[in-house]
Amino acid sequence: MMGKTLAQKIFDRHLVNKPFGDEINVLRLDAVFCHEITTPIAINDLVARGKDRVFDPTKIKAVIDHVTPAKDSKTAEQGKSLRDWARRHGIKDFFDIGRNGVCHAIFPEKGFVRPGYTVIMGDSHTCTHGAFGAFAAGVGSTDLEVGILKGVCTFKEPKMMKFVLKGTLPAGVYSKDVILFLIRELTVNGATNMVMEFTGPIIDTMSMEARMTLCNMAIEAGGTCGVCYPDMTTVEYLWPFIKEEFASKEAALAEYRQWVSDPDAEYAAVREYDLSDLEPMVTYGNKPDQVKTVREMTGTPVDQVYIGSCTNGRIEDLRIAAGIIKGQKISDSLRGIVSPATPAIFSRALEEGLIQIFQDAGFCVTNPTCGACLGMSNGVLANGEVCASTTNRNFTGRMGKGGTVHLMSPATAAATAIAGKIVNSPLFKG
Amino acid sequence: MKNFKGKALFLDRSDINTDEIIPAKYLTESSKAALKPYLLEDLEISGFNPRTDIGGKAVIVTRANFGCGSSREHAPWALEVNGINVVIAENFARIFRQNMYNCGMMAIEMAPDQIAYLFDQYADRDCEIEVDVDKGVVKIAAGDQKDCIPVKIADFDKCLVKAGGWVEYADRNY
Repeated sequence: MMGKTLAQKIFDRHLVNKPFGDEINVLRLDAVFCHEITTPIAINDLVARGKDRVFDPTKIKAVIDHVTPAKDSKTAEQGKSLRDWARRHGIKDFFDIGRNGVCHAIFPEKGFVRPGYTVIMGDSHTCTHGAFGAFAAGVGSTDLEVGILKGVCTFKEPKMMKFVLKGTLPAGVYSKDVILFLIRELTVNGATNMVMEFTGPIIDTMSMEARMTLCNMAIEAGGTCGVCYPDMTTVEYLWPFIKEEFASKEAALAEYRQWVSDPDAEYAAVREYDLSDLEPMVTYGNKPDQVKTVREMTGTPVDQVYIGSCTNGRIEDLRIAAGIIKGQKISDSLRGIVSPATPAIFSRALEEGLIQIFQDAGFCVTNPTCGACLGMSNGVLANGEVCASTTNRNFTGRMGKGGTVHLMSPATAAATAIAGKIVNSPLFKG
Repeated sequence: MKNFKGKALFLDRSDINTDEIIPAKYLTESSKAALKPYLLEDLEISGFNPRTDIGGKAVIVTRANFGCGSSREHAPWALEVNGINVVIAENFARIFRQNMYNCGMMAIEMAPDQIAYLFDQYADRDCEIEVDVDKGVVKIAAGDQKDCIPVKIADFDKCLVKAGGWVEYADRNY
């Protein structure tokens, strides 16, 4: 019998039934994540149908993150809807202002994602959580609604695509550059209905933060989920949350290694790359597969630099950016915004002196929020403006009508803030 | 079942994303109806004007990867409140496609050469399209010209279309 992939094993373990043969799988969910943009509509519909219930309040996690603090009456109402609902149903893991952060940063940070889990959220970047060896997928409000009510969701049998990433990344080249490179290789439609499995020595040496950045952008190639195999890095990250469950880290690892693909598993495609010569990458145009090297884009003028989001707003990202900025001022020709993705990241950055470095350089440091990434608050672009951004989408008008977004790593964004135009960071010697 | 018959709007571009279908700044609206004026507001295709070209249309015909990007179900809703319950394309982004059927709407796939044929023969004409869910065909007509193209509608998708969406089905069965 043919071996199985990580995702197939998760599907097998969570299968409720196949109501239409092999066409569709109904899976049991381990976690349903909620935010204030896509959940209130699901809540309203449940109320209207007389089904205002939740399948299991301990498996539902909720956060106000997209627009926080509320910027107007409409966003205040969205927050209120989520808050009232969480209270009404005894959802303990609800994160309101002061304790809230960007969903795909705060939920992993709280230990809510484990290897082998099934996770849905009404947010396309839910694929981030595959970094833990979980099957995590973005869904619409109706799938979310059924997830909240019944703890199930439908998925087609995913096709599997394996990436074997070999070599060693050069200094100044990061997982963001890797994923931008891979999206260019695949195009924005190249992994549709596929699970992208990231393996190889490059992944083995990546931190969980870097793996989350990688998996976060699987959706930009159309992927259902990006996954990495759980290893000791995963166990170390989760240890504060699982130490009561296991006698030792080795025991945890032994348990989690069941969530690794079999060597003889079948794939729709396997792609191997040696990334030892990879350069820092940046997008142009308005699709995430329109990617060039930073070298090719050097000199492009920029009006705003944005460091944050579920892609690159974690502590490692802030350390890299602050390391480049330290002791310098951002260019007079632009403004800079840093948005640490969670309160814990903010506190850590404060302790480590990173916030001071950003402030001294002339950056505005905001509270944790999705805000500017999708043009909702905290740094929306004016018509004709250009933003160098560590976020994940450069769609037309994404950060503000008529604005242009260049996606890049925190290192490139930091160097760009100093130079006033797109440049490689001094860490990259290529 | 929703209406699956009416005038067609041809959008000649691949990778039309959810931010183009309905920009994020309108995601603070709490009713579907409020989305109506903003459908395709940020879509820039030469010759296309969202203010004048959407009214009276019931079906969209487009190229590949329609609905890529965000998970926002506001994208199908914005179509629905404009009377558009069918999109025909080479293929769709996964979440958008599922959202359409979850709402009892249809995302119908055709081969690239069939889509090219539709653009070639019908894009510049006053064209009407009807989806026959039971027979699994798409009928296209403009003046004297008619075509009837068989399409694959999966049993689960058909069930959602007939049930009017996923919530009732799921509540009955799980």
